[in-house]
Amino acid sequence: MVLVFVMSADKFKDRHGFWTNTIAREEYILKGNSSCPGCTAMIALRHIFKAAGPDTFVLVGACCAVVCEGVYPNTCMALPTLDTAFACTAAMASGVRAAVTDRGINVIAIAGDGGTVDIGIQALSGAIERNTDFLYVCYDNEAYGNTGMQRSGSTPFGASTTTTPFGKKEDKKDIAAIVGAHNIPYMATACPSYPMDLERKVKRALSIEGPKFLHVLTPCPPGWRISADKGVEVGRLAVRSCSFFLYEMENRELFMSKPSIDAMKNPIPLRDYLSVQGRFSRMSEEDMKLAQEKVNANIAYYREVCGI
Amino acid sequence: MMAECVEEEETSVYVTGCEAAARAVIIAKPSVVAAYPITPQTEIVEKLSLFIGEGRHDCQFIAVESEHSALSACIGAASCGARTFTATSSHGLLYMAEMLYWAAIARLPIVMANANRALASGWNIWADHIDSLSQRDAGWIQFYTSTVQEVYDTILIAFRVAENEGVMLPVMVNLDGFLLTHINQPLRLVDETLYQEEFLDEINVPHALNLDSPHTLGTLISPSDNYRVQHDRKLGMERAKDVIKEAERDFLRLFGREYHPVMEYRSDDAEVLLLGMGTLAKEAEDAVDMMRFRGIKAGLLRLRQIRPFPDDEIIDAISRSPAEKLVIIDRDYSPGSGGILSQEVKTRLYDAGIVKEIVNVIAGVGGQDVSAEDMMEMVELERGEHWWGI
Repeated sequence: MVLVFVMSADKFKDRHGFWTNTIAREEYILKGNSSCPGCTAMIALRHIFKAAGPDTFVLVGACCAVVCEGVYPNTCMALPTLDTAFACTAAMASGVRAAVTDRGINVIAIAGDGGTVDIGIQALSGAIERNTDFLYVCYDNEAYGNTGMQRSGSTPFGASTTTTPFGKKEDKKDIAAIVGAHNIPYMATACPSYPMDLERKVKRALSIEGPKFLHVLTPCPPGWRISADKGVEVGRLAVRSCSFFLYEMENRELFMSKPSIDAMKNPIPLRDYLSVQGRFSRMSEEDMKLAQEKVNANIAYYREVCGI
Repeated sequence: MMAECVEEEETSVYVTGCEAAARAVIIAKPSVVAAYPITPQTEIVEKLSLFIGEGRHDCQFIAVESEHSALSACIGAASCGARTFTATSSHGLLYMAEMLYWAAIARLPIVMANANRALASGWNIWADHIDSLSQRDAGWIQFYTSTVQEVYDTILIAFRVAENEGVMLPVMVNLDGFLLTHINQPLRLVDETLYQEEFLDEINVPHALNLDSPHTLGTLISPSDNYRVQHDRKLGMERAKDVIKEAERDFLRLFGREYHPVMEYRSDDAEVLLLGMGTLAKEAEDAVDMMRFRGIKAGLLRLRQIRPFPDDEIIDAISRSPAEKLVIIDRDYSPGSGGILSQEVKTRLYDAGIVKEIVNVIAGVGGQDVSAEDMMEMVELERGEHWWGI
């Protein structure tokens, strides 16, 4: 697996003055962890912790990332880390923040899509409403990956999983919109295929006091049935087809990120994104057309919101 | 010339069990309190919000959105070394069930007040011990109290027991719903400075997360290591037996009120022994007095803790008494098995090779009213299980 380190196209100072062309050398996820080959969630976490730095307390809900830490007495985490039960990641983060009151110390909660959009949504909603000063990261592999790819509320329309063997009939839950409805000070979407964009968003989030939310799309090679070296590439296809939008929202104002602005001007067909994944191989022509129409509607919506 | 008003520090008040609990918590100075309201515990949460809001003590009150989150928030804070407290009851306790086990296995010294209350279906908010007894295997130390004063004193003792380095286990202080939570009784207050300086040390959670030596709490664990962790928790619970007695001795020395794992009442020469927990067993003192007045040599054993079970104390008390008949009153029931307290006691008697006539009375469940006169009739019952009032 090749990690994308520096992309010249991203070399710029963002609108808040953060340099985005540097990546810290320090590693907070150590080698030898037990993730699957090509796991993009671990790439995402690697960049998130690099951006956060050493003064960080981490919580990890029940999700793939817990398994990836390794088996006691080993851990791949070089930051103080508290593994939590499935439904309570955000609530435990409230507790950690109540004990760790120094604003200079970050509290970052990590959970998967199942632990965020389904079983953990109540705790997440509560922590945001209470203005817990933390960053909540949902890495989204669009299914219950830890238990072997069952459908979650975040599985997209048409995807086959072990509990939707003939394709999911329902749409993906729009967690970003749900979180946005809490009037959260900062939230963003990201994808480790764009690591500079991801790190910049983490730094921006941690500079703000109060609850912050990051929704990260992380292609899962075994779950999406792609080869282990294609995770980063498929993440890019998700953005370029406008199946997934990269944006930030601050105080209810939406800022589309550059990769998605480019994609919206000339999106690739959704088929190019779906057809490379085994999980969509049973999708009918009719459903493929329907899915493209849904994407088109989203593009039209965001064009209007962002004036693009 | 202005008259000078000198405020005398109050040493005695007249309050409910809920307020007594909240007052005790403030004296122990936790840095994080997370709780969710539920009848009949709500007044504890309300009073703590008020006391913290008034600035009586610098503490973070986390108004969570569920009991599951209440205990989770305490676990998060305690994992970082903070002294924490929560309170709940009945359905709230069972909603926490997953995290009850979590807190005990993670060896976090969280203190909780639980207002004992029945469980639905069929909403019932009255006293019943099944909520906490259903969680007796979670690894929490469990106290049962019988007066407003005892609620207050036991919470003060609980923090010291939980935070003992050899114990490091969460403690649940149970108080009967309404019978203690909503009843006003006189309460003698402790000298706060004396408590903070002589009775309770600074909290030190040895495995707390910190930035200086980052470590991970709660990773995957192999069967053999999990086995060791569970065995270690057992050792902590066993050490708690002596730690509780030592704390109760110090409490007597400093504050003058006496507590033991088993509270004996006129049991030394008793021919029949009543045995129970909570307010029902306090009421039984009246039954004993009345029976003695009528010439029946009755006595009483009131258990103050069911975990760790006071094996030695209960066997010692029963052995010292000439009573051949034990009337065990259970404010709980395990369907298909029997009264839980009764089973617990019978196990210890069997281990000690003691044979007694055991009468198991299921009484007071769902808040059923049981009087001292009722208990006087219970001693007439024969061996076996009886449902009072049916």
